[in-house]
Amino acid sequence: MNMRTIRHLVCFALAVLLLPSWLQAADFITDKSFGADNEIVVSFAGPVDKAVAGDITRYTVYEEPDPDIRLQLTSATVANDARSVSLKFADPLNTTQTHVVSVAGLTGEPTTDFKVSKSYLGYLLSIMISALLIQNFVFTKYLGLCVFFGTSKRKSTAKGMGVVFTIVMVISAAMSWFFFQFILVPYNLGFLQIVVFIGLVSLTVQAVDTILRKVNPVLFNSFGVYLVLVIANCIVIAVPLILANNNYNFFETMMLALGAGGGFLLALYLMSSVSERLELARIPPTFKGLPMAFIVAGQFAMAFLGFSGLQLF
Amino acid sequence: MANDKSISQLLSRGILSENPIFRLALSMCPAVGISTTVMNGIMLGIAVFFVQVFSSVTISLFKNMIHPRIRIPSYTLTIATWVTVIDLVLAAYMPGAYAKMGIFVKLIVAFAIITMRLEMFACKEKVSDSFWDAVGMGLGFMVGMVVIGAFRELFGSGMILGYDVLGYKPLLFFILPSAGFFVVGLMMAFFNWIEVAYKRKKGARS
Repeated sequence: MNMRTIRHLVCFALAVLLLPSWLQAADFITDKSFGADNEIVVSFAGPVDKAVAGDITRYTVYEEPDPDIRLQLTSATVANDARSVSLKFADPLNTTQTHVVSVAGLTGEPTTDFKVSKSYLGYLLSIMISALLIQNFVFTKYLGLCVFFGTSKRKSTAKGMGVVFTIVMVISAAMSWFFFQFILVPYNLGFLQIVVFIGLVSLTVQAVDTILRKVNPVLFNSFGVYLVLVIANCIVIAVPLILANNNYNFFETMMLALGAGGGFLLALYLMSSVSERLELARIPPTFKGLPMAFIVAGQFAMAFLGFSGLQLF
Repeated sequence: MANDKSISQLLSRGILSENPIFRLALSMCPAVGISTTVMNGIMLGIAVFFVQVFSSVTISLFKNMIHPRIRIPSYTLTIATWVTVIDLVLAAYMPGAYAKMGIFVKLIVAFAIITMRLEMFACKEKVSDSFWDAVGMGLGFMVGMVVIGAFRELFGSGMILGYDVLGYKPLLFFILPSAGFFVVGLMMAFFNWIEVAYKRKKGARS
């Protein structure tokens, strides 16, 4: 019985996921995607007239939010089998935006319109990966250093601390988003951001403290000590400030908070592994303690610089 | 205990013996993050200075009205209010510098140094004493930021305050983000070294 329900669920999910691509396939335009930095590649169901598809004056391309700004095309190259065309632009495209392309006289109708965009899931994941690695909050944005250097002595502490931070960050970011979108923005109270966000963070910490104490005392005993440290930390308050700055929606906010928390956990874990080895090493007395930790963090920061070109989606 | 302390003692404690950046190792994030030029250091130093002074005086004025159990939230709210004030003033009158400092002006609210001074000093002492203590701490922070900023600006772009000093571009590395960690680490080691050498000299003499 149980297995059957699961099977039904899986079939249903697959159908829902595959439906859009099947619907799209019925169209004349089978596939469209961003190619290189300044390229859009479009594929067709059948061969097209090369003179029509290769004429750049027939195309109008713009980003969905501002239809008045037409993007400058430099060339439209039709493939040999006339089933796909590659559009080249004068400037690199902002691939996070949805682009609208319309072609005049390609099919029977006067114009053919279609939209080109990255998959939304990929975009969300890219926010998380960016917060986790490329824009790591500790190594490239320098946030939360006090706690970072204070608690990265032992691996077990580092893990506990990172998990507590992630939990608090996700909860407080969700609450801050609701407050910001539904109270601060409608009533024009943007200037109260800092007061409201720091209040919400303190509230979250207090709530997590109380709930954890009652629900899971064992967990509280191992994590409770770190909760006090969370309040006086810039990394937790930075997430709401960034989301207010960039006007993120709810899913983007969640991804940012998860990425930031995960990045902090990663940084703490890496640092604590090095610290455990450093205890056994012979370090010049003037470098003992914080100076050495700073040098190691600097090396990690250089290593994380290598992620800067990373683009998965 | 600190009633007999003179103004100069309070001031020098903040700048030298208890310098927030090099000695207490608090508020490291801005010291590493935006200390690429002297100007950035001065701007953030001024912002922190005002927040520290205003919130210290506020808490010192109201210290008898704040119930001990809610003292931490009340500190946080006081600091948040003054940070908002500074944030809006900077955004209105110095938009260029404000854009460079980015999110760090708003993050002053979470600087451990300010909360620590309120908890350790302003909630117990006279208004005038906590004013001078805050001035010392604020100046100490500013001095630390300026020293790191000068070092990085001189070695990274060969300039001080935007004026060309060396005449050529020495090492791009010092402008890169990761150099912040190296410079602060090396400076801390340098101060430790001075202290160790000083103590050894003293020990040899006695």
